[in-house]
Amino acid sequence: MSAALLLLPAVLILAAGFLYPVALLGRISLNRTSDIGAMEPDLTLATFEKVVGDDFTWELAWNTATLAAGSALAATALALPVVLLIRAAPPRWRGLLSLMAIAPLLVSGTARIVGWLAILGDQGLINAMLEGLGLTSEPVRLINNWTGVRIGLTESLMPYACLVLIAGLGRLDPRLEEAAATLGATRTKTFLRVTLPLAAPALLAAFLLTFVLGVSAFITPRLMGGGRVFVVATEIFDLALETVDWPAAAALAMLLLGALAVALVLRTALMRSARA
Amino acid sequence: MRPGWALRLLAFCGYALLLAPVIVVALISFSAGDFLTFPPPGFSTRWYEALFANGQLMAALQRSAILASVVAVIALLAGLPAAYAIARLRFPGRDAIAMLIAAPLLLPTLVLGLALLLALQPLKLAATWPGLVLAHSMVALPFAVRIMTTAFGAVPREVEEAAWTLGATPMRAALRITLPIAAPGAAAAGALCFLVSFDETVISLFLVGPRLSTLPVEMFRYVETRTDPLVAALAMALIGVALAVVLLVERLVGFNRALGRS
Repeated sequence: MSAALLLLPAVLILAAGFLYPVALLGRISLNRTSDIGAMEPDLTLATFEKVVGDDFTWELAWNTATLAAGSALAATALALPVVLLIRAAPPRWRGLLSLMAIAPLLVSGTARIVGWLAILGDQGLINAMLEGLGLTSEPVRLINNWTGVRIGLTESLMPYACLVLIAGLGRLDPRLEEAAATLGATRTKTFLRVTLPLAAPALLAAFLLTFVLGVSAFITPRLMGGGRVFVVATEIFDLALETVDWPAAAALAMLLLGALAVALVLRTALMRSARA
Repeated sequence: MRPGWALRLLAFCGYALLLAPVIVVALISFSAGDFLTFPPPGFSTRWYEALFANGQLMAALQRSAILASVVAVIALLAGLPAAYAIARLRFPGRDAIAMLIAAPLLLPTLVLGLALLLALQPLKLAATWPGLVLAHSMVALPFAVRIMTTAFGAVPREVEEAAWTLGATPMRAALRITLPIAAPGAAAAGALCFLVSFDETVISLFLVGPRLSTLPVEMFRYVETRTDPLVAALAMALIGVALAVVLLVERLVGFNRALGRS
């Protein structure tokens, strides 16, 4: 059997649905937009200059990077105890506990946002609790702003952090921690001096993966932000479908891809030095 | 070492954050109230009745189910032979091809959606069935190939070689021996491809039109503009489909193995 023939259908789908569109994206980023907003074929860096020279782009980049970094850090920190519990649990519980940790991956992002709206909204669970306890007299705004986006993004990144940590911590020998305990170390000391240093490479991997995913997240910033939170992803969407400035949308998307490529290279280098 | 109380408490907080939205959606879909009030003022099935009576959403549900079925079939038809070639055959550029097939997963879906819009709009394929099928097949294909490469890899080579010795052509051996043994993997791959397409939101947002829209897109638009428990009932429908697929995959091959992890 010829390998080429077997691969042909898959390669055709990828050529038409992936390679050609992405190449065209790069090509269109070199076009320009006329004063009346029409796209003019060209071979210029003018659109890139316009996008990079705009202060708003840098504000978006800063917003995106800080949002992704904060949510990735929180997701990794919260995933660590979950995965440590899975690791310490009796074997027959491990499967169920792992499934519970990664199951949200398979629930549509929009469906989970609906849950967050009911928890964080003005008439939601948190505000009902705060009011019931007499702590607040009027609702605390937890959605349609950055707070809501941060909480929603942290939750949507956590399953990925759990996946990386389950794979990474599964290889750690639990006897090392038992040895520390036998030698008289307290739980806190064992955690800080044995578990944490051993888990560091996996934690770094989890943070970097969730950071990269957070940078390109769209559904959570759009829906939890209620149109009041602007990041690179929402801007690309608006440029493409609302302003219909294709060269600018393409240029911003190319810059995002470039930033992600740099992050990927850094990640590979960091992971290598963390393992060494 | 038995987990201490501090670890148990922190892990509980982690699980609470992970599972809270899904649990709340489930409860509020049975709300009797008019808004996403939690706790709900009472319980009823009125929003499920409203969901089934909503022609636009039911049409979108039907469209998404058809789209996902077509995509699962195409991803399997294209993915099975490709996975067989990658798992079994030696040929130059094998690693490069495997990387190319996994490549769409490396790019943000937002960028893929934009690229597909720019490519399909001038060809008059945006907001059409062929356009959506192509886009969804492209994102589902890497999953199909990955699962099937693992499944074919798990079939002992000797079984196939025995068939050759007994006079079967390589083609016949692959179709009559290897494929049936790997059939649970293929079913799992098909189910996951169905789910990938059925839940796909971001790419679809770029490619749908006023007359051709999918269920996740309708739900996204609904959340953007209104907040009543109807959307929670809709979310439950999506979660129900996802749950059915996960249980099916778990029964067929085991979930972690299907994803190629551990």
